[in-house]
Amino acid sequence: MSIDIHALSGAYAVDALDDIERAQFERHLADCPACRAEVASLQEASALMAETVLEAPPAGLRDRVLADIATVRPLPPLVTGLVSGEAVARRPARRWFPGLVAAAAVVTAIGVGVGVTQPWQDESSQVQPSAVDRIKAADDVQSFSKDFPDGSSATLYRSTSMNKAAIVTKNMADAPSGKVYELWLQHDDRMVAAGLMPDGPDNVVELSGDPATADGFGITVETDGGSTSGEPEGEVVAVVGFDQA
Amino acid sequence: MDPLRPVSDAPSPAEGASVAPDLAELLKLSGRGDQGAFSQLYDAVSPRVFGLAVRVVRDRAQAEEVTQEALLEIWRTASRFDPDRGSPLAWMLTIVHRKSVDRVRSAEASTRRDTSYHQQNQPVDHDATAEAAHASLEARRVRTALGSLTPVQREALELAYFGGYTHTEVAGLLDLPVGTAKTRIRDGLIRLRDTMGVGGA
Ligand SMILES: [Zn+2]
Repeated sequence: MSIDIHALSGAYAVDALDDIERAQFERHLADCPACRAEVASLQEASALMAETVLEAPPAGLRDRVLADIATVRPLPPLVTGLVSGEAVARRPARRWFPGLVAAAAVVTAIGVGVGVTQPWQDESSQVQPSAVDRIKAADDVQSFSKDFPDGSSATLYRSTSMNKAAIVTKNMADAPSGKVYELWLQHDDRMVAAGLMPDGPDNVVELSGDPATADGFGITVETDGGSTSGEPEGEVVAVVGFDQA
Repeated sequence: MDPLRPVSDAPSPAEGASVAPDLAELLKLSGRGDQGAFSQLYDAVSPRVFGLAVRVVRDRAQAEEVTQEALLEIWRTASRFDPDRGSPLAWMLTIVHRKSVDRVRSAEASTRRDTSYHQQNQPVDHDATAEAAHASLEARRVRTALGSLTPVQREALELAYFGGYTHTEVAGLLDLPVGTAKTRIRDGLIRLRDTMGVGGA
């Protein structure tokens, strides 16, 4: 190669390479510890330039960002080499929302295969398709959808006049072994347990409690049987405000 | 385990808190899904993030979108931050800068690059930046350090970093022989790094 590829480190550090050069240089970086170190140090330097252009963001941005992150689970760390047994045990056995084949006929799957023998049944009643259909048919039905990056989604339907809500999931992976998805309704600053979701990619679950007066809903992953403290303890999958329709 | 936080009306921390937050710790907590930690991170870094996006993207509405995208990516990938490889701020701003540059390049430039460089991009008019920046001692140190670069190093670096131009485009804008702008950019960054004493160099 006639040009010295190491000399691209500075341009790479400030994103001043075109796509082809960038790809070439990233291949080079994988094999060149000297360039990796230099790029890291030059990125420290370039980041300082942002100090000279500080600008307060618009007021509404904070809420939008915080609403965004509430719907996305952070990626697990990249694990290299040995990790402790505890760390392994805490890592989910599977991704929660793998993008399966796009479900074209989800609605027909609703209510099929519900786990009627689960111990949580009396906290959270499985609804027949007709029940969610009644909510969806209400004059005041609202829906709140969350799409996850892998193509799965959860949609909550709420009718304030019926004081009922049901959540419909598509392509949702089972909770990790020994875990279960728990549903929550937010009332002011408290999260109130609203039922558990059975395994299976496409579910419909009616929420217990008082959806009409709730401010939002959430989904967490809890130990089988659900949180015993009455408050969310596990990892947060989604939290959605009812003002964000 | 991380508590599930209510979705709305989270009180924002007092403005101008005197204790600088530990950004590495906040990133670590964010990687575990701690939305409260991320909101603190937002308060600490958003003026840099938004300021940089505005500078590169120019259009405020688009800069807002870029900021939102970049912060979501920072949230998603927080656990991938490796403190052994750099500072949290540089890691975050690298993500923001990359997204900003991608935006201006894909938005292509029709308007921007049809206009002559000198008309559109009065080379880095520092006086037009936010008042807050003037108050910042760090900003003054950085400006002083940038002032120690040769004029061509500084222009090349600023066109690349704030203008979002490739080194080849920078060469064209500054009438430099193709292939030399990348050297000016690198030399300028090395001087900035060494003057500011960052990067473990
Ligand atoms: Zn190299």
